[in-house]
Amino acid sequence: MSMGKSLFEKVWDAHAVRELSNGQTQLLIGTHLIHEVTSPQAFGMLRDLGLKVAYPHRTFATVDHIVPTDQRVQPFADPLADAMIRELDKNCKEFGITYFDIASGDQGIVHVVGPEQGITQPGTTIACGDSHTSTHGAFGAIAFGIGTTQIRDVLATQTIALSPLKVRRINVNGHLRPGVYAKDVILHIIRQWGVNGGTGFAYEYGGDVFDRFSMEERMTVCNMSIEGGARAGYVNPDETTFAYLKGRRYSPQGAEWDEAVERWKGFASDPDCRYDDVVNIKAEDIAPTVTWGINPGQAISIEQKIPTPESVPAEEKDVTEEALAYMQLPGGEPIAGTPIDVAFIGSCTNGRLSDFVEAAEYLKGHRVATGVKAIAVPGSQRVDVLCKERGLDKIFEEAGFEWREAGCSMCLAMNPDKLVGQQLCASSSNRNFKGRQGSPTGRTILMSPVMVAAAAVTGKISDARKIFGVQELVEV
Amino acid sequence: MALEKITEVSGRGVSVPGDAIDTDRIIPARFMKCVTFDGLGEYLFYDVRKNEDGTDTEHPLNDPRYSGATILLSGDNFGCGSSREHAPQALYRYGFRGIIAESFAEIFFGNCTTLGIPCFSASKEAIARIVSAVEKDPAVEITMDVSAQEIRFAGETVKAFIRDTALSGLVNGQWDAIGELLEAKKEVEVVSSRLPYFAA
Repeated sequence: MSMGKSLFEKVWDAHAVRELSNGQTQLLIGTHLIHEVTSPQAFGMLRDLGLKVAYPHRTFATVDHIVPTDQRVQPFADPLADAMIRELDKNCKEFGITYFDIASGDQGIVHVVGPEQGITQPGTTIACGDSHTSTHGAFGAIAFGIGTTQIRDVLATQTIALSPLKVRRINVNGHLRPGVYAKDVILHIIRQWGVNGGTGFAYEYGGDVFDRFSMEERMTVCNMSIEGGARAGYVNPDETTFAYLKGRRYSPQGAEWDEAVERWKGFASDPDCRYDDVVNIKAEDIAPTVTWGINPGQAISIEQKIPTPESVPAEEKDVTEEALAYMQLPGGEPIAGTPIDVAFIGSCTNGRLSDFVEAAEYLKGHRVATGVKAIAVPGSQRVDVLCKERGLDKIFEEAGFEWREAGCSMCLAMNPDKLVGQQLCASSSNRNFKGRQGSPTGRTILMSPVMVAAAAVTGKISDARKIFGVQELVEV
Repeated sequence: MALEKITEVSGRGVSVPGDAIDTDRIIPARFMKCVTFDGLGEYLFYDVRKNEDGTDTEHPLNDPRYSGATILLSGDNFGCGSSREHAPQALYRYGFRGIIAESFAEIFFGNCTTLGIPCFSASKEAIARIVSAVEKDPAVEITMDVSAQEIRFAGETVKAFIRDTALSGLVNGQWDAIGELLEAKKEVEVVSSRLPYFAA
């Protein structure tokens, strides 16, 4: 009897072109996404080699990293940003690539745009010059970040050289407690297995919690797979996936839809497939989680105390000291109560409709604390429209948030949204690296959007369950 | 495309200690506002090499004893985070031709290999011995022998590891895959024609 296959193996096998001389696989990249930061040099290399884009209809572009979220009329105040956007425009025109620009109404963070347009589909391979491409795995795609030279490879050949990944199945079973979100699930996973625990692996997320999760929740988890070292993360496609995709612009239509759904179902991991590793997490063990250090694995529950160099394993002592010094946080004290300067809700991790719906639900009737700068940045122009249709922008503004236009914004500060000096930011983004949010001494604490909302209204890191009165559900 | 066969890299070393040194630290995002990679070397490790007033910090790369070093030594999970090729490009343009660390983040490792920069994993102890030799005499020559997967310095030899596919690509002059990828146009047509979504 033959052994079943995982989704990873099935998708890999369907896209493997041939074995290369160094032993790697030449893998077909069915869908290629590009943005303004990592693609211009790739087009330059292409021109230097006298090559064309092999399959222009399989590359999709948008602009996200450098776009201002306030003043959107070109030329932008920053001439470098303006040059980058003009370069992308020129490259897309010259090579016939679909470009969701600002005027299209479909612009946004590439990992928000791909799914909402229906470009991201099960059983596909997706590459983008951006490590958070793992987001698209939420649909049962094998999706990963690539470097600029590999972008050139995809443009020129629609393939890259890659070695297969091992697969670690991560089961989260049981029920998440109230006030615990998808963001907490992935921060918990990274905290448990470390920032390099996933090196060499694709993470397959499953179990009760993922079965119940919406597509947006699945995307939040898959998005941060790379922060745990896993180049790709995915969830097997199911009815939730198909319901999300039905009717979207690039989704199969008519009779093709039913055929596609049948085909997509076939990509899900077989029950008897072999995983390289399996880990199990009890949903009830996951608390609202926040980072305290300078990488996403340095995280604790909101109820816990900040570690001290003495309280961590010997090999983590140095990095703990480095993190505490940089963050200027007192080891041994509770993380709750740490004063904040900035609150940011947005990013490819948590910049989708449900993120703003949840935060708005609790923000009603509250005011952002004095002295706190709070910004809410939709992940795409479409998310912006959906939020405005529900009046969410007004709720945020009445609470004292600035409601901005779509882009990466303060997640990585390649645009005017930046921390200043040693400001501390409660952020729904994905990285708390030194200097990540634009100031070389700026500080970041990662958390769910609802936790950011709680920090914004109290002016300090807070347990949203207490601030907003989230009740434990009584089991009947 | 004939590329140089990279069988070994030799040069002076410099240690940038620490674990999980991410690509934002190697090249802060604000320096990625560019449409070429030219000039990135200048901004390598900028935020840890410079004070806010633009003066130099006490970073190893600011230490004249290590100027001209071409081999970088570091800790665990080097190059984690963002997939930006700007990081290996900045390292290369600054002058680095090889990296020795306890381990590497995956995307960074692949990006370096594609540029012909060998990334050797070695044990903490082995790296400590190399660093100690370099600190004693910054002029000591370090040789990363790709074929033999070993590092030679100051009369010592330590084991190193580089994955088979990278080793093969480097020593055979096929570390940049484009030449080989371009040869398979027919096969790509065949595989893509079996995938309904590809035609759409």
